[in-house]
Amino acid sequence: MPPNVALLEARALHARYGEIEALHGINLDVAQGSIVALLGANGSGKTTTLRALTGATRRSGSILFDKREVIGHAPEDVARLGIAHVPEGRGTLSTLSVWENLAMGAYTLTDARRTRARYEKLVAYFPWLAERREQPAGLLSGGEQQMLAIARALMMEPRLILLDEPSLGLAPIIVSRIFEILRTINRDDGVTILIAEQNAAAALALADQAYVLETGRIALSGPSHDLAGNEQIRKSYLGY
Amino acid sequence: MHDLAQQIVSGLATGSIFASMALALVLIHRSMGVINFAQGEMAMFTTYLAWQFSQQGMPLWLAFPLTIAIAFAGAVALERIVVRPVERAAPLTIVILTLGLLIAFNGLAGWIWGYVIKAFPSPFPTTPLHFGSVAFSSQDLGIIAVSLASLGAISVFFKKTKVGLAMRAAALYPESSRTLGVRVGWMLALGWGMAAAVGALSGLMIAPVVLLDPNMMQGILVYAFAAAVLGGIESPLGAVVGGLMLGVGLNLIGAYVPFIGTDLQLTMAFAIIVVILLFRPAGLFGRRRLLRV
Ligand SMILES: Nc1ncnc2c1ncn2[C@@H]1O[C@H](COP(=O)(O)OP(=O)(O)O)[C@@H](O)[C@H]1O
Ligand SMILES: [Mg+2]
Repeated sequence: MPPNVALLEARALHARYGEIEALHGINLDVAQGSIVALLGANGSGKTTTLRALTGATRRSGSILFDKREVIGHAPEDVARLGIAHVPEGRGTLSTLSVWENLAMGAYTLTDARRTRARYEKLVAYFPWLAERREQPAGLLSGGEQQMLAIARALMMEPRLILLDEPSLGLAPIIVSRIFEILRTINRDDGVTILIAEQNAAAALALADQAYVLETGRIALSGPSHDLAGNEQIRKSYLGY
Repeated sequence: MHDLAQQIVSGLATGSIFASMALALVLIHRSMGVINFAQGEMAMFTTYLAWQFSQQGMPLWLAFPLTIAIAFAGAVALERIVVRPVERAAPLTIVILTLGLLIAFNGLAGWIWGYVIKAFPSPFPTTPLHFGSVAFSSQDLGIIAVSLASLGAISVFFKKTKVGLAMRAAALYPESSRTLGVRVGWMLALGWGMAAAVGALSGLMIAPVVLLDPNMMQGILVYAFAAAVLGGIESPLGAVVGGLMLGVGLNLIGAYVPFIGTDLQLTMAFAIIVVILLFRPAGLFGRRRLLRV
């Protein structure tokens, strides 16, 4: 991992739903090639943070992605810059087939051969995708839909992938499989990852850095093994 | 027997017009959740353009494609300029806008071309085609062939091309599509363009039969709506099958059930809309959304 070249820098990031402000000016750094965990209880603002980064939720402040300001960009343009978003609830295109979901992931790639190559690569990670490629994605199990959502996000060759609670509602064995794959794509493909999680133990084991959100503010941040190693922090902020 | 075959073919001809218009309605309904009540008047207006071109001496083989291209481009522009500001408004707002467009196109056509009914040149030969001992109208066969070919092409476009896939995704899952880099607004505009192009083709095909006047598409739009409801307003295939069924059904009833005849056909179409909405709101081909959490 190249030491501390910032890929994403958010400064004084605010986000609001109508009149209500949900994010009260947070600072967030994601280094190139790293995995960063965004922790916090239900309602603390994890989803809002990710949506503010992509522009899906109204936001203000500054977000530099690879030194370029992205506030003012529409979500589709943020995607085109190389930020993939696996949303809360997975965003499965349920009536479309597995293959069509993946093809939509590669929508921004103009070269059909590159799309094909990406697909081959992802089938190596998720072999079942090939067997079920013609099935409607809505018929997959929750774990399979989560893997499909990750595979779809990887199709666009993103530089940064934002994951919103990929472990939600899944059996522990599926969660560890998914996290293993995330570790692999980070290490082997150099994809930077920002992962929002309520499952703090699993996320800290995966991440290099972590931020803890509390009612729309960063309560705490640091290297993940420091956070995980501090019993006081674990008890009062992370709930395990 | 011969008579029955002829009635069925002639029903398929009107049915393929209903089918095309129904598909146009479904294309827009899928992406915006509303019926474009101006769909018929847009088709009527572009048919007048073709008439104007041919009056000026342009051959039909040129006038027709040009008209369809204008319909496509015009509807894309219409969506971007007029519809876009209300894209995210309540469905009722959009419906009222399309009603406004209906009145505007109708009034504009009347103002430019008048309300006197005009003959419209047919692209098909007037001599009937014989299959064994049965003679079919070339016009009917031509309408069926052209409509089904265009519907087939649209189906291939949606199934096999990247833009077609993106249009489907954008219509059904706008937010997810945006995060994948799809310009959803432009997909919507393309949908308007395609719907208008299909509508224009229907207008060109049916105008020689019903003759050209500013109200020529109003009845057809009701049938198209009935067809779309019959097949399932979410389903393009359903719209096409619904249109063909309706065309054949109404034609057979008109020919063989004298007390309904042709006078009550529009009433029948309304009855179908009401019955389907009551007992099978998703239509014959409508599927419930697949969902698993
Ligand atoms: N669509 C919305 N409209 C209004 N308020 C919302 C909406 N989504 C989230 N919020 C509020 O924003 C805050 C942060 O929510 P969220 O980002 O979903 O938290 P988390 O993902 O950490 O559970 C909560 O108080 C929540 O009620
Ligand atoms: Mg959340």
